[in-house]
Amino acid sequence: MNIITILEDIEKVDGEVYERLSPRRKAMKEFFSFGSKAALTAIPLGLGAMLNKAYGQTVPAGVINVLQYALTLEHFEYRFYERGATLAPIPAGAEKTAIEAIRDSEKKHVDFLKLVITGAGATPVAEKANYDFTAMGTFPTVFTSYATFLAVAQVLEDTGVRAYKGRAGELLGQKVYLTAALGIHAVEARHAAKIRYMRRLNGQAPTMKPWITGGNDTGIAAANGNYGGTIPESNVNQAGVIITNIAGVGGNISVNAATEAFDEPLTAAEVLALVAPFGVS
Amino acid sequence: MKQKQLVDSPYEKKGDIIVQNKSRRKFFTQAAGLASIAAFAAACDKDDNNMSGAVDLGTGDFGILNYAYALEQLEAAFYTQVVATPYSGMNAVETSFMTDIRDHEIAHREFFKAALGTMAIKALEVDFSTITFTSRDSVLATAKAFEDLGVTAYNGAGYLIKDANYLLLAGKIVSVEARHAALIRELIAANSFLGDSVDSNSVNLSRTPDEVLAIAGTYIKTKINASNLPKG
Repeated sequence: MNIITILEDIEKVDGEVYERLSPRRKAMKEFFSFGSKAALTAIPLGLGAMLNKAYGQTVPAGVINVLQYALTLEHFEYRFYERGATLAPIPAGAEKTAIEAIRDSEKKHVDFLKLVITGAGATPVAEKANYDFTAMGTFPTVFTSYATFLAVAQVLEDTGVRAYKGRAGELLGQKVYLTAALGIHAVEARHAAKIRYMRRLNGQAPTMKPWITGGNDTGIAAANGNYGGTIPESNVNQAGVIITNIAGVGGNISVNAATEAFDEPLTAAEVLALVAPFGVS
Repeated sequence: MKQKQLVDSPYEKKGDIIVQNKSRRKFFTQAAGLASIAAFAAACDKDDNNMSGAVDLGTGDFGILNYAYALEQLEAAFYTQVVATPYSGMNAVETSFMTDIRDHEIAHREFFKAALGTMAIKALEVDFSTITFTSRDSVLATAKAFEDLGVTAYNGAGYLIKDANYLLLAGKIVSVEARHAALIRELIAANSFLGDSVDSNSVNLSRTPDEVLAIAGTYIKTKINASNLPKG
């Protein structure tokens, strides 16, 4: 996303966009041209609000709703890593660095979404005062066993990817908001791949892959629902195309590869039911 | 070609004048009319491979799907070659990862081909002359570039998609590309799974189709015409 591009796009259909946004067009252009780095980060900072004010429009309630949902999940994810980085017995070195990097990434998502929601004219949902990271006793050792901590992290990241995916359709055509959501969605997938690869490298899950194989491949039966749902991760039928009927190299695409190649969505109701035991709502 | 010239010239000549001198409402009305004529013309000459033999991605959602199909063709061809001629020192784990990714990309490519049916562009000719397939560094650097590029491509084109079902399909694929990207980055350097693929908000970067195709063009011999894609 580049705010200059966005403004230039708008200018193509509305030559007076700068005047609408601000009577001081020159100041506006100078502000956004203040180094590409600054421009890139400045996008959510009230852009929505500026445009809405300029055009006398409000951001659709459905869009706000998706953003609040995302923030609700990011609040929880951030606290999971924030508490985990402090409490869980994570080995010092590269693994600790990785967990802290993911923690910081989630914190940025929280802050980013708050800005976007505020910019869209709404009040960001508050984070919960308390979470139950054991999920009502399902993961009693979440912060005392490094293996449990990483396994839960994997489940949460994979679920986060599915959660964003499931609501992308509600942001259809929304350049700023959909692009932002897709951008976070991809980062959650990067987190998931990293956690999965860490579990493989450290021997906790020696055959784990960065992609979801078959369905619930975590080794935790309690996570079956996180990989199930209306369209389960085991799905091999994509818009009527049976992926396992596709010819690969030396035979058809295997069931494993077919399920790995497509991540599947979860509905909001499915996600909220899955995170409810953690005290997320 | 005749249809294109008939449509293009008045659009370009009148565009600025309309914006400057007529009301916004009138501009939108006229622009919408011209756009639909342009879309019709583009659809008509889709199979002509005009513009000096360039492949026309087409218009609307099919155009975006063809754009994705083009990128998946590139990735599938690359990993097919990587697995067929392994770089020196490729260990068993790396071989299995590369084979997985190859199969994922073939699945993506063939999925788009099947879903597009008669609207699908032809098979593209790739140019991998700048890649040293015997070198781990060269292969992984290229893989990283392709995977990161793919993620920015899907993310940047998402809002151009009109049909929620197509958007969901793109979403199903882009997160897998992001998983690939993270793994390839980790194979190059530990804890580089985010690196410069994200902005200061830890949001993945995105690119426009023109930006993506300018980069991908190095590796695709067939000329691609993306000018009829939706502009948003």
